[in-house]
Amino acid sequence: MRNPILRLLLGRLASGVLTLLIVSLVIFAITSLLPGDAAQQILGQFATPEQVAALRTQLGLDQPALLRYFNWLIGLVSGDLGQSVSNALPVSTLMAGRLPNSLILAGVTTAVSVPIALALGIISAMRRGGAIDRVLNVFTLSMVAVPEFLVATIAVLIFAVHLGWLPALSYVSSVENIGDFMRIYAMPVLTLCCVLIAQMARMTRAALIDQLDSPYIEMAQLKGVGPLRRVLRHALPNSLGPIANAVALSLSYLLGGVIIVETIFNYPGIASLMVDAVANRDLALVQACAMLFCSAYLVLVIAADLCAILSNPRLRT
Amino acid sequence: MTDHKNSIPGLIGPEQSTRLFEAMHRGLSRRDALKALGAAGLFAASAGSMFGSGLGYAAEPAGTPTRGGRIRVAAHSASTSDTLDPALGATAIDYVRHATFYNGLTVFDETLTPQPALAEHFETTDGGTTWLFTLRSGVTFHDGKSLEPADVIFSLGRHKDPNTGSKVMSLAEQISTVEAVGDRQVRIVLSSPNVELPSILAVSHMMIVQAGTTDFTKGIGTGPFRCQEFNPGVRSVAVRNENYWKEGRPYLDEIEMVGIGDESSRVNALLSGDVQLVNNVSGRSASRVENSGAHAIKASNSGNYSDLVMRVDQEPTSRPEFVEAMKYLFDREQIKRAVFRNYAEIANDQPIAQSNRYYFDGLPQREYDPERARALLAKAGVQGARLPIVASPAANGSEDMAVLLQQSAQQAGLNLTVNRVPSDGYWSNHWMKHPLGFGNINPRPTANILLSQFFQSSAPWNESGWQNEQFDQLLVLSRQEPDEAKRMQMYADMQTLIHDHAGIGIPVFISDIDGYDTRLKGYERSIPLGGFMGYSFPEHVWWEA
Repeated sequence: MRNPILRLLLGRLASGVLTLLIVSLVIFAITSLLPGDAAQQILGQFATPEQVAALRTQLGLDQPALLRYFNWLIGLVSGDLGQSVSNALPVSTLMAGRLPNSLILAGVTTAVSVPIALALGIISAMRRGGAIDRVLNVFTLSMVAVPEFLVATIAVLIFAVHLGWLPALSYVSSVENIGDFMRIYAMPVLTLCCVLIAQMARMTRAALIDQLDSPYIEMAQLKGVGPLRRVLRHALPNSLGPIANAVALSLSYLLGGVIIVETIFNYPGIASLMVDAVANRDLALVQACAMLFCSAYLVLVIAADLCAILSNPRLRT
Repeated sequence: MTDHKNSIPGLIGPEQSTRLFEAMHRGLSRRDALKALGAAGLFAASAGSMFGSGLGYAAEPAGTPTRGGRIRVAAHSASTSDTLDPALGATAIDYVRHATFYNGLTVFDETLTPQPALAEHFETTDGGTTWLFTLRSGVTFHDGKSLEPADVIFSLGRHKDPNTGSKVMSLAEQISTVEAVGDRQVRIVLSSPNVELPSILAVSHMMIVQAGTTDFTKGIGTGPFRCQEFNPGVRSVAVRNENYWKEGRPYLDEIEMVGIGDESSRVNALLSGDVQLVNNVSGRSASRVENSGAHAIKASNSGNYSDLVMRVDQEPTSRPEFVEAMKYLFDREQIKRAVFRNYAEIANDQPIAQSNRYYFDGLPQREYDPERARALLAKAGVQGARLPIVASPAANGSEDMAVLLQQSAQQAGLNLTVNRVPSDGYWSNHWMKHPLGFGNINPRPTANILLSQFFQSSAPWNESGWQNEQFDQLLVLSRQEPDEAKRMQMYADMQTLIHDHAGIGIPVFISDIDGYDTRLKGYERSIPLGGFMGYSFPEHVWWEA
């Protein structure tokens, strides 16, 4: 029973490494195509050509692109992410300062959104066509449709500017107790949850309804199994695969895709680090962030697949 | 604008000057200041006067400063390239941090006249080539080391090394040697005379760091605050330097600086009380801030401009009639009102703003005149032509200005198509590369630097590629002319030449708008270099809880 899973895991990891390699190549190529380079960005609008040339030599930007890529790759394999050219700090230091913030935000959002989304999905699947289902449907659809910058801005206007209950900005460095923590994270988490819950709840509902229509559920119903037990014991385990995949996709967004929330709440996370890096043409930092996002995505997808396999006896053998 | 007539023709000793300067900061009126000067017998004439008039000093008493309090300040941009190396400063948050942790040999006042700072006295011995700067005694760096000539030699010498990547390398190139004279004096020799050296040394990039510094993340300078925390792109925390050389300064205990890129987030943070001071407020948000009751707006015009660049080396912008026609197509009133919500001042196709002491007010204002433009376009032979005009968010307001220009050009029988390009990479790929495009020029510390960088025939950023021998000669002569009145005349001539002939259209000067909590006091002054009180608010403001 363990063998096929192990084989799958190894296969997935191997293809994951290949994917990372291809992604790094693509990112490198695209960043090189962007107009201007790090030397021009550092020196700004009014740089003289001699200064740009001197800085290029100093930063090693005058070497051929392919050589720079391989140097970076060799560094990566030996565990060295390189130096950020825009402020001469090691990339690992810059990332270490931001990653915990992103992980905390992602963790809190997951802890809040997943249970609510599953509960909403299950309730609306059970009450399919009923009043609750229709209300939830309208609610989730409108949440999916509303862009998060609007949710965030309205939340700030109401809770920070008018009521003054919550801070408009998230200062992660000033958390002293659990109350501070709640006040600081309330609005960013609320904003992210609005989008995530809606998506996950809709996927859960669809997956469950798919199962509830199948003959074995009808059989269970005819045998006299109660509605709650029917859903939780019979249908839910069978729809765990698709649900896990939907959850994984939504959560992968929490690491790299939260740039809008990071911007509006001035939250120093890893997404804004990458945006800075692109603007500064800071290749080593762009690559490191891209690798991180890509690995996180691959890990989540593998975890979702494992979840699907373990919940399905037919796939287990 | 006749303030130059009030100039005080006398070189003021460092002691009196500092005392007077201090008094003026506290809200002494100009009349009182003049009286104080008279009483001290300072009207005695002496060569090389650099002291301007009191234009812009706070008119009414601004209250008594109190010590204590901490504020949080949000600037419009912060990224991982934030730096505490003065030579590399690039954005508002950098400049403010440099003024927080470091000092220059000289410092600008409200008229951008250089005043003594780390140098308590400065003079030229031969009309602008050789300069002697006397360092203030008893000044220490944050780590306890005393300020010595070696620090000045190191700080000024760095700029000439291309590996430093200094933003003011071209300004520093005129400095041939810097050497110590005894323990307290520094002699600077220039390659050619320049009476504006004290102004150049007041630029934030020229601030003094400790000799031999390689790691600038600690922010060890002589400035009013010590650096407690610096995290590029996130925040910095500055705490009061108890050993600051200016008696009683600074007033605040602590200043935290963050960057908030999104304008509405920045204004919301101010209104909700999370920060007490923000810069780059848009004209649209200004009324929101003013209506809140607990906040105020401070608009200051430092001569920032977005200009229409017409390359003289390309067609059809090489034709003088075409260039003149385009200048008549600016409806300046409308641009001021519609694009900048009145937070701008009408300009006259020359780059020196009214707040500058060399502004020439005798130049007739060019008005909006589509009929005249039509005649000029016909003369240039381009009537009915279709031309692209390149605009970008990188040049503040240029997209809206291009659309307004498109409409007025239609009335004169010219079809402009607005070509919008992204701000990313604009300066290296589009700026000065198209026949018709936009640029944006930040205020420069002196009129001479501005004209040298953007209008001299040989300048790399001579935006329109304008070649004028007479202008170049005037520019060089004005650097060497010790007589203020003659210099004034030279600047007037140069402004007229640019207004009449250069391929640059400057419709308005854009104001910098700051928003602040009204409990923050002393913010009424303005130093026309940019927002945040010319980036130098930290040592001037106090908190009244």
